[in-house]
Amino acid sequence: MTLLTEKTEQRTEDTTHKAHGKARLREHLMGWLFVGPFGIVFLAFLIAPLAYALYLSLFQKKLIGGTSFVLLDNYAKAFTDPSFLSGAWFVIRFSLVAIPVQILVALATALILDAVTTLFTRFSRLMIFLPYAIPTVIGAVMWGFLYSKSFGPLTDVFGLFGAAAPDFFSSDLIFYGLVNVVTWQWAGYYMIIIYAALQGIDPALYEAARMDGAGRWQIALRVKIPLITPALLLILVFSLIGTLQFFNEPQILRYLAAGTIGPDFTPNMYAYQQAFKLANFNYGSAISFALGGVVFVCVYAFLFLTRKRRSFLR
Amino acid sequence: MSMKKPLAAVAAVAVASALAACSSPQAGGGGGGDASNCTNKITKTNLPAVTMWGWYPNMQLVVDNFNKRNNEVQVCWTNVGQGGDEYQKFQTAISAGTGAPDVVMVEMDRIPTFQIQNALVDIKKYGFDAVKANYSEGAWKDVSVGDAVYGVPVDGGPVAMIYRTDVFDKYKITPPKTWAEYEQAAQKVKDAGGPLFGDLGSNVSALTMALQIQKGAAPFTYDPAQPKAIGVKLNDQASKDVLDYWGNLARKGLVGTQDQFTPEYIAGVINGKYATYISAAWAPGYLTGAGVGKGEDTGKFAVAPLPQWDPANPVQVNWGGSAFSVTSQAKNPELAAKVAYGLYADPESLADGWTNQIIFPLNLTVLKSSEFVDAKVAFFHGQQANKEVYVPAADAYKGVTYSPFGQYYFDAMTKQVSAIIGGSVTGAQAADNLQRDVAAYAKEQGFTVQ
Repeated sequence: MTLLTEKTEQRTEDTTHKAHGKARLREHLMGWLFVGPFGIVFLAFLIAPLAYALYLSLFQKKLIGGTSFVLLDNYAKAFTDPSFLSGAWFVIRFSLVAIPVQILVALATALILDAVTTLFTRFSRLMIFLPYAIPTVIGAVMWGFLYSKSFGPLTDVFGLFGAAAPDFFSSDLIFYGLVNVVTWQWAGYYMIIIYAALQGIDPALYEAARMDGAGRWQIALRVKIPLITPALLLILVFSLIGTLQFFNEPQILRYLAAGTIGPDFTPNMYAYQQAFKLANFNYGSAISFALGGVVFVCVYAFLFLTRKRRSFLR
Repeated sequence: MSMKKPLAAVAAVAVASALAACSSPQAGGGGGGDASNCTNKITKTNLPAVTMWGWYPNMQLVVDNFNKRNNEVQVCWTNVGQGGDEYQKFQTAISAGTGAPDVVMVEMDRIPTFQIQNALVDIKKYGFDAVKANYSEGAWKDVSVGDAVYGVPVDGGPVAMIYRTDVFDKYKITPPKTWAEYEQAAQKVKDAGGPLFGDLGSNVSALTMALQIQKGAAPFTYDPAQPKAIGVKLNDQASKDVLDYWGNLARKGLVGTQDQFTPEYIAGVINGKYATYISAAWAPGYLTGAGVGKGEDTGKFAVAPLPQWDPANPVQVNWGGSAFSVTSQAKNPELAAKVAYGLYADPESLADGWTNQIIFPLNLTVLKSSEFVDAKVAFFHGQQANKEVYVPAADAYKGVTYSPFGQYYFDAMTKQVSAIIGGSVTGAQAADNLQRDVAAYAKEQGFTVQ
């Protein structure tokens, strides 16, 4: 539109101005038209609920005495609440273990699939990706049965060697049991992202590296990995945000893990319990926002630490 | 793990909207008398409809019976989930101020929780006197807060000891009459290489509470005339003794520590992994539904009275049992009360309930009838379980005062029992922790704790 109007500049200044204005207006309208549907959904289903939850979090409702405005009391309570703090500490510890494991598995499989080209690579890629296509809830139920001492294969497998099967539902091992479930679920998805990034690298670079005498290992470590750093950072941020909000898997497995997973196992579960089981929507909202704060701080700290790298959020 | 949502709060809100989205059509179009969303088919469409939530397995039949016989009102029934699932939806509807049904099925221990939020209606003025004689005093006490009545008792859960006859025969033991004998029998079976004797589940707080009450504990005292004051006594000697007793059984490996109602636990019950199952009168219905008592373990179960602490002064307790309550969101409370009073009251529905052992009826016309008392229960291989065990237990039950924050109390208890199972606390310590925790919560909720 702009181009067209600019080409017809023989008109008087006045009319040109008007034409410009009209075109710009139309342009604006077109823009809003395209953004509009998304904007409405965004406002109605993200901003409005967020604002309402924030509003709720400033009140306190008691069984005796009703609702009162308490400003930030709920937040002060959350950050001194052992249940919230232990949950937050758990997801932070969990992130420190689960995220590197997932990324290493994803990176290793992606590098292998990138380097090796056989008939099976496509098939393998699909198979490794498949867990991501399975809904988390179903995945968690499935693992629940695999871990089970009565139904699961673990008892039989370990029985072959005359050993007792590890109980992944015990409080000692539930951490690793969950790391395994999460890795199974997400490593394939991350692998696809890394694999796509690897495909985007100019093969001429490999040739150059080979001419410089680099072996396969060196190409992988010195050429490929540095070039896909932005993709790795993207995955790290995704997984960090996701892991800190850990909810589905423990929520499902708590029905199988005899008391190991309490209602305050992770902050998200705790918020859910407060809001929907104890009808404490105010405190539940405050926990959600407090967790949002923790996520924000962690992600910001992470981006700050990696700011020198090329990042997708540069 | 939800990856797509950048802020935690969004997740909570998304869950909220998802829940709202799921439950609103089932709530009968926002809880009103909209009959178009019922699970059952209403044929007399010219009559006013009352919406109702409930989860008894035979509810379809009960509702159809009621609708067929009644020419004044029709019931629009939805099953929104069992126990906790339903309470969660009801609680959300209470908080929202809309979306609740007219009549709701609740377990008796939850009535004060909803009553204190003014979510239930006192139905005394809607025909209480006409049906008063149909239920025992204990049954009425469990659905009352003070003098006000907040539900119509339907079924109860007198607790007894279900046991495996094959295990008892093999290890040559007889049903223990006291808890001391229970422990001795457990030790004997274990020493002979037998299965676990019972189970300490962290998710059955109501049962644990009942067992504490059996020893003499009185967890809560509450007088609705003084709604701000509540007595919380969760760490008296009786409560500590019972937790220590079960904690010791678990520590010695005499009983399992599996959560109950899980596939793992049911599989154990089917496979004879547990010699006894301390549970309520509704348990056979639940177990049959889960596949117990069929196939290889047919005819292996029997029932004996609950072991006692002091056999000279036996105490009977109750686990579960439920009632129909009228919600304060009911459009026409009087009509709703008619439904609550009449729904599980006709002979055909009652008979179906107990003959299939789905419920243990509290209606005295059944409870006193010889058909019921003398019935030979199929699950117990023809044993006259009602006459020998359950009816005496129900008759001797005195009723309990429940707390207005039942959900919190049960969750806190679950946490402590898990800690006992994990070995980090003794039963006595767990009781002290529980007292501290629940008393603090009560104070936070505005009560003065005595």
